[in-house]
Amino acid sequence: MQSKTISSPVGARRATFTEWIGRDPTVTMLCAFILAAALVFGALTPTRFFSGETFRAMAFEMPELGILALAMMVPLMSGGLNLAIIATSNLSGLVTAAIVTSLIHPSSSPMAVAGVIALALLAGMATSLLIGFITGYIVAFLGVHPILVTLGTMTAVKGISVYVTNGGVIGGFPAAILWMGNGTLLGVPVSMILFIFCAVVIALIMTHTPFGVAVRLIGSNEKATRYSGVATNWMLVGVYVLSSLLCWMASIIMMARFNSARAGYAESYLLITILAAVLGGVDPNGGFGRVLGLFLSLILLQEISTGFNLLGFSPHLTEAIWGATMLFAIFIALLRNQWSLRLWRSKTAQ
Amino acid sequence: MRKQVRLVFRHDGQLALIIAAMAIIFSIVSPAFRSTGNLVSLLENYSVMAIMAAGLLVVLISGGIDISFAAIAAVTQYVVALILINAGGNWLVAFALAAAFGGLLGVVNALLIYYLRALSVIVTISTMTCYFALLMFVTEGKSLFNLPDWFTDDLTFWSIPFPVLVAAIVLIITAFILSRLSIGRQVYGLGGNPEAAKRMGSNVLGLQCFVYGYSGLMAGIAGLVQAHRVEEVVPNALIGRELDVLAAVVLGGASLTGGIGSVSGTILGIVLLAILQNGLTLLGVSSYAFGFVTGVVILLSVSATAYTAKRQARSSARHAV
Amino acid sequence: MTEATNSPRGQEAGSSPVPSASNGAAPFVEMRGISKRFGGVRALTDVNFTILAGEIHCLAGENGCGKSTLIKILSGVHVPNEGEIILEGKSYSHLSPAASQRFGVQIIYQDLSLFPNLSVAENIAFRHQVETPFRLTRQQAMRKQAEAVMERLKISLPLDELVGSLPIATRQLVAICRALSAQARLVVMDEPTASLTHQEVDALLATIHGLKSHGIATVFVSHRLDEVMTIAERVTVLRDGSNVGTYRVRDIDRRRLGELITGQVFESSLKAPFLTEATPALEVRGLTRQGQYAGVDLVVRPGEVLGITGRLGSGRTELALSLFGMNPPDAGEIRVNDKVVRLRNNREAIRHGIAYVSEDRLSLGLVMPQSIADNTVVSVLDRLTGALGLIDAVRRNQTIDHWIFQELRVKTSTADRPVQQLSGGNQQRVVLAKWLATEPRVLILDSPTVGVDIGAKAGIYQVIDALAARGLAIILISDEVEEVLHESHRILVMLSGRIAATYDPHRVNEQELLEAIHA
Repeated sequence: MQSKTISSPVGARRATFTEWIGRDPTVTMLCAFILAAALVFGALTPTRFFSGETFRAMAFEMPELGILALAMMVPLMSGGLNLAIIATSNLSGLVTAAIVTSLIHPSSSPMAVAGVIALALLAGMATSLLIGFITGYIVAFLGVHPILVTLGTMTAVKGISVYVTNGGVIGGFPAAILWMGNGTLLGVPVSMILFIFCAVVIALIMTHTPFGVAVRLIGSNEKATRYSGVATNWMLVGVYVLSSLLCWMASIIMMARFNSARAGYAESYLLITILAAVLGGVDPNGGFGRVLGLFLSLILLQEISTGFNLLGFSPHLTEAIWGATMLFAIFIALLRNQWSLRLWRSKTAQ
Repeated sequence: MRKQVRLVFRHDGQLALIIAAMAIIFSIVSPAFRSTGNLVSLLENYSVMAIMAAGLLVVLISGGIDISFAAIAAVTQYVVALILINAGGNWLVAFALAAAFGGLLGVVNALLIYYLRALSVIVTISTMTCYFALLMFVTEGKSLFNLPDWFTDDLTFWSIPFPVLVAAIVLIITAFILSRLSIGRQVYGLGGNPEAAKRMGSNVLGLQCFVYGYSGLMAGIAGLVQAHRVEEVVPNALIGRELDVLAAVVLGGASLTGGIGSVSGTILGIVLLAILQNGLTLLGVSSYAFGFVTGVVILLSVSATAYTAKRQARSSARHAV
Repeated sequence: MTEATNSPRGQEAGSSPVPSASNGAAPFVEMRGISKRFGGVRALTDVNFTILAGEIHCLAGENGCGKSTLIKILSGVHVPNEGEIILEGKSYSHLSPAASQRFGVQIIYQDLSLFPNLSVAENIAFRHQVETPFRLTRQQAMRKQAEAVMERLKISLPLDELVGSLPIATRQLVAICRALSAQARLVVMDEPTASLTHQEVDALLATIHGLKSHGIATVFVSHRLDEVMTIAERVTVLRDGSNVGTYRVRDIDRRRLGELITGQVFESSLKAPFLTEATPALEVRGLTRQGQYAGVDLVVRPGEVLGITGRLGSGRTELALSLFGMNPPDAGEIRVNDKVVRLRNNREAIRHGIAYVSEDRLSLGLVMPQSIADNTVVSVLDRLTGALGLIDAVRRNQTIDHWIFQELRVKTSTADRPVQQLSGGNQQRVVLAKWLATEPRVLILDSPTVGVDIGAKAGIYQVIDALAARGLAIILISDEVEEVLHESHRILVMLSGRIAATYDPHRVNEQELLEAIHA
């Protein structure tokens, strides 16, 4: 393009960190909600809400839903959905639990225990990877709507769990596993550390790897992304494998917290994870979403839950408020869009 | 409408063939399968699901989805039962109350979806959470056992159990609305091309109120029938059913993207699941294996449908020139 | 009716707009002095637009010139700020959608707004479902109505077929029937021929003449000059929201119309002959795919622009997709730089230096809601990956700066904006940036100027010339004969999946090329 002289190259201006946070309206809104809720709960139960005890409790409760919400977020961003996350977690938990409880005896040496735990965790991981691969393969290569596929895998996977256990519980774990759900490291719950680790890794993957960029583009327009030379089918397989891998992480924490594994644990979380992700700014149509937003939405949900608990309300009221918060957030987003549309119109008018 | 009929028939025909094959195998292997008693109780077991499916089908055809109907059924069931226990009543009152209350909750969904301009799946997940959580909060999870006798007594008409009769009537009405009434055709239009429906002057808000209201109404009736069958009202008995019903309707050929689906297909989808589970029981397969088999059937069915669609698209692209 | 002669812009353009009622027909509708503002943006300024009963009128102008706003005022969607609309001798300050339809104004949008899942008969008679939501549908009445309309148009449609299973051209007829069934007296068609083959356009034309014989006026909204010249009787040109003028088509030629629309004079010249005998960048022998194309031979050398033209459905796009690895051929060989290659997917094609700009920019070329930056780097993600599989931010930003801001000079302040906020011409530049970032040897451009304004087209031609000058081998596929003629060194004509002829642009004229395409 010698014919084009570069008169004044318009350099891309890069946003500063504060702009980066501030320009995301979801983040602003969630921060405001979190602050408002803290003020209300703080005013109602001043001594108990702002206490180390409360923060510890919150930090123990959040990771489970948090990791599952991450597992929902990745497929949502690719324009899909994974309804099988809970079933996957439970089955890989059961596999791990079965190996641990059947191979470890009180007489086992510490080395043997460590070996068995490692083996069990790997077996759980393999289970979830297999489920993720099958789901992803059907979604990508057969082109079936993800809701349908994961509805099927959810039913089938849960079916396997129920069949193998006859609906029962496998429990009684060595201390090392319990530590992952209930222990602390430098005062921080281990499960929280695991969750933050997962969140950071997913954030990194979604923003700074070819896979993440491709997934976001696929979420907006799979065909155009394929035409640009991206192996979209394999990326989609990757999406569901990654989602399942997160389910495996969640299964470890669940196992440790309940000290058992079962086919039907945490089922009420399934639709709540969608709620948490969408509240955190993940576009349910695909293509957009940030781990930071999801993290804040989880803090908000946890804050509401803990606050109502302190006030002595039943956990059911908490869930009702969660649903209402979601609707309210949609309402705020609608107002914001209309407002910015008007602003845009008056700007272009000049 | 011949082509449309043909299309519907293709999917329905395949399902019917599979069902017939299964029925024949099961009746040969297990004589108990073909006993009238077994078939009647089979129908009765699935009548509640069929009523909910009728409502969900209409929503799916309009291009939306309703996740909240099981919660609506639970709430309506509880509210109506309380009224009947405390104020008395009869079946007519019970149905009127259930229809009105369920319909109302459904219309709330429609208004939220329309005015918040949000995806139906997100809105109905939210309302599901709200409805159900509030029910559990207010009732503290307590069941109602002291239902009136007239309500819990078994009823049969011409030896057809009452729930089966209700399901049959509801399905016929739904089929009539969808295929013969203008508003039903508009629902198909809305699902097929929402923008075009708007341009042609369809009242989108009105249609959505009808569609989600109808789903809520059906959920209310389903809740009532379920309470009659089990003779008690347990607040969380119906929770988790939403995805089962969705699976049945989808097996019946309804599309999640709207515009496609039929009552006949939905019935076949439910019958398929029913016969499968019943046959497995009679064959002595542990009931714990149902989930797995059902899941595999869903996966096979949706994969086969997608695969044929893909192959057709490919071959038609080849002969485009 | 002297609005055209009064138009200062018409005079400035130096042409002689005609009094519109010269043929003596009565006006169906007169729009006088229409102005419309959105917020503070002036979309239309003092526009006059008169449609005679039963005439075929074209509304022409570039994207954003106010065509659709004017139509929306006519259909009652928008309320004008100033001006009057005269219908049946009465003056109205604005119309409601219902009033507009009552007067017989029917709009057929570009997407046709049909219901793919309903039968033809139901589509034609859908209006009745809307009027009486709780009434029984009457199949017989619906069919009768549809048949009556088809009778008037002397066409026959399969009433029981689902509209979704029909070809686009037939769907268009369904849309026209639906408009007529509402007692239309004016049918407005928005870009009706965008996706039709030449024969289908002819059929449409016949149908429109049928409308005329029933005294129904037709207004085309179009920016395809060929079409305007062949179909319309009169043309009204808008530019920047104002009247340029109304002209009888037989009084002006295509070039003149182009100048009226853009307000600029374009000089198009042929390319100098291409003489180099360098190793071909791409060579194809006997390439065949059953049912799509057969026995295709072609050669393109570095620095050469090879034009391929043919009708929609002639196999041109299918051939291009095969060269891009997305439509595997059944037989034949593809050579890149004199080496035989097998392309199993487009990643392999990209690796061999082949890039493909799709004709469907909206759904295949770009991921519209996502940022300019991501759309640019998507094709080279693996090349930007550094340690730990993470994208090297420095190289990513360099790539974007280089291609978006320096080479293609996309008009935007930041690459973080969604692509959909850019104009058509700038979007096409982002597509080019994406492909140039892969450092291709061969660039296949499939209808690169579709939906791009005439003014912006010139910019894209400049880019093509510059790329060829840099030594890229370019295959330019287009059904706009003029474009191929002026932009290529050599022209292949595709006809029913075969290369029918090769032309030297210096030894052929537009008319001969057109005839070759439609032979």
